[in-house]
Amino acid sequence: MSEKIESSGKRKINLSPQVTALLLALILFLASGLLPNGFNSLETALNQAANILRLSAFLALIAAGQTLVIISGGEGIDLSAGAVVTISVLFSYRFINGDNAMVIPVMLFVVAFGALIGLVNGTGIAYLKIPPFVMTLGMAGVVTGALLVITRGLYDGKVAPIMTNVIARDLFWGIPGMLFIWIIFGVLMTILLERTRYGKQLFAIGVNRLSAHLSGVRVSRMVVTTYVLAGALAAFSGFILVGWLQNAGLLVGNQYLFPSIAAVAVGGTLLSGGKGSYIGTMAGAIVIQLITSLLTTMQLPEAIQQIVFGLILIVLLVFYGREKGLRL
Amino acid sequence: MDTKIDLREWWSSFNRKNTYVLALIIFIIVTILYFFLQPNIFEEGILNRILTSNFRTWLPVTLLAIGQTIVMLGGGLDLSSGALVSLGNVILAISITSNEEPWFNLLIMTSVIVLGLLAGFFNGFLTAYLGLQPMITTFATSFVYSGLALLILPDPWGNIPREYTNAYRNTSWLGIPISLFVIAFILILWEIIKNRRYGRFLFAVGGKADAAYYTGVRVTNIRISTYVISGFLAALAAISYTLLTGSGSARSGEEMTLTAITAAILGGTSMAGGSGSLFGSVLGVVILGMVKNIISLVKLDSWYRVLVNAIIIIVALASPGIINLFRRNK
Repeated sequence: MSEKIESSGKRKINLSPQVTALLLALILFLASGLLPNGFNSLETALNQAANILRLSAFLALIAAGQTLVIISGGEGIDLSAGAVVTISVLFSYRFINGDNAMVIPVMLFVVAFGALIGLVNGTGIAYLKIPPFVMTLGMAGVVTGALLVITRGLYDGKVAPIMTNVIARDLFWGIPGMLFIWIIFGVLMTILLERTRYGKQLFAIGVNRLSAHLSGVRVSRMVVTTYVLAGALAAFSGFILVGWLQNAGLLVGNQYLFPSIAAVAVGGTLLSGGKGSYIGTMAGAIVIQLITSLLTTMQLPEAIQQIVFGLILIVLLVFYGREKGLRL
Repeated sequence: MDTKIDLREWWSSFNRKNTYVLALIIFIIVTILYFFLQPNIFEEGILNRILTSNFRTWLPVTLLAIGQTIVMLGGGLDLSSGALVSLGNVILAISITSNEEPWFNLLIMTSVIVLGLLAGFFNGFLTAYLGLQPMITTFATSFVYSGLALLILPDPWGNIPREYTNAYRNTSWLGIPISLFVIAFILILWEIIKNRRYGRFLFAVGGKADAAYYTGVRVTNIRISTYVISGFLAALAAISYTLLTGSGSARSGEEMTLTAITAAILGGTSMAGGSGSLFGSVLGVVILGMVKNIISLVKLDSWYRVLVNAIIIIVALASPGIINLFRRNK
């Protein structure tokens, strides 16, 4: 698709980012089997695969809203996602408090709350023209600050049994319920991006805001909608996350923020907007999670893990994160 | 009628030329508030003490914000500068332990600066030469730098000679602290560079890279140079931070990156590139610092501090947009 403008004589490898990311994930996974404490039978290999997929699922869920925001262009990014995940985790934990009947209402409540935060983000970005980077960064500060005021560092609660059963345990055939949620979620996200008016308009504003506006897209409204969706999705991920962790924490979501952006980038979504897919993000999340797991399994010190993670990310980006140069 | 339109046009063109106007207004408001809360400020020596203690604390972030602004003017972003501060900080902390070998200490400082230049070049090479997206790329390199810092010094430690830290903390000429001189020197230097070839090219690259390219500007080189400058200033920030705290920690620069970016935006620099000013970014840092000071002066319940701080930052960022909305309605 993108090979047409290549007259400078440089050869370009024509693998779509999604395929590259998936291949890479496979290679990394097989490589992890060669480690001394890696898997040695098919069964352990499958278990390990399921485990890694389950961990990737969280990253991918949190990266979903990020994917939308990044595709929308205009330097779009949601740095408040981590804080929204945290507040959603804490709210779910506190309000569900072990009661099955409260699961659905609380889920709706936290998703609405996330959407509200997204609404503020979107309004600031679309109407007050605040750059997304600092708007969402400031919002992360507000949410974290609000969390401190509300909790004063203390929290308690309990996860409902039904959440444990559906999210954390195996649902059918030894496959964790989380994976089913992820697959359904992935299908819905792909439909949203590829088959709806919203998706079409999202790519349109991502490529060029002005031309989208001239062809009748209400750009500001689209931007606000996108940040609202991103907030809601981040909150939903928090709800799922608490079901998996069975616990809460005051900084639990923040550690997922930058890995989720990395997952989006590794999945081939252009950070400048207008191009990308959720399947790519899913693959990217698996890659990032595999790298992390691999480094943990190798029992390297934290410092080395960081360095290697950074270097691998750079290598990945060099392979297919390159933007079109000025020289055509 | 005509004059009114002229005035409005003058105002908007003035705004465009001086991107820091809003920051200046906020700065004045914040300063008045601060003076109001600190009524003894006009007593003998108090102002000097406040200037010294504040600017020596703000200098590292100010240097980062200046570097960030230059990168942003060229259309990039440097998320790794804070990690570079950590790296420089730990190297200085483990190496400089006595003041008996000044030449050795000078050598260490020089090598930290060289390291900053190299790291900056690496960032620039990846983003400008290879065309990788700045945000995620410098995020990746920040992992490398902070990982190295953690490798060198897993636990905070340091024994910087008292003479050095005191020299940084308390030196002042004509009642103006040394840190303020550093900032002033950079700003004056920038005023000179800004209107020369490099400055004009930089604004051209950030404003419209393809147009600059077709008129013969070496876009890639200019962009790489912005990251090198940012790396250099991060190294200086590491030195000043080390002199400020007298010790090293692998996490010291962690929070500075985002503060520096916020300060630059608050100072009117555009993230898309091609517009902004270093003076504005310095104002941005001062505003952020003053807001923190004010929050601690009014003795706000400590649980509310993060929230209030963040809300003030968002309101400050939103103010130009709010003003524009009202203007449009009129």
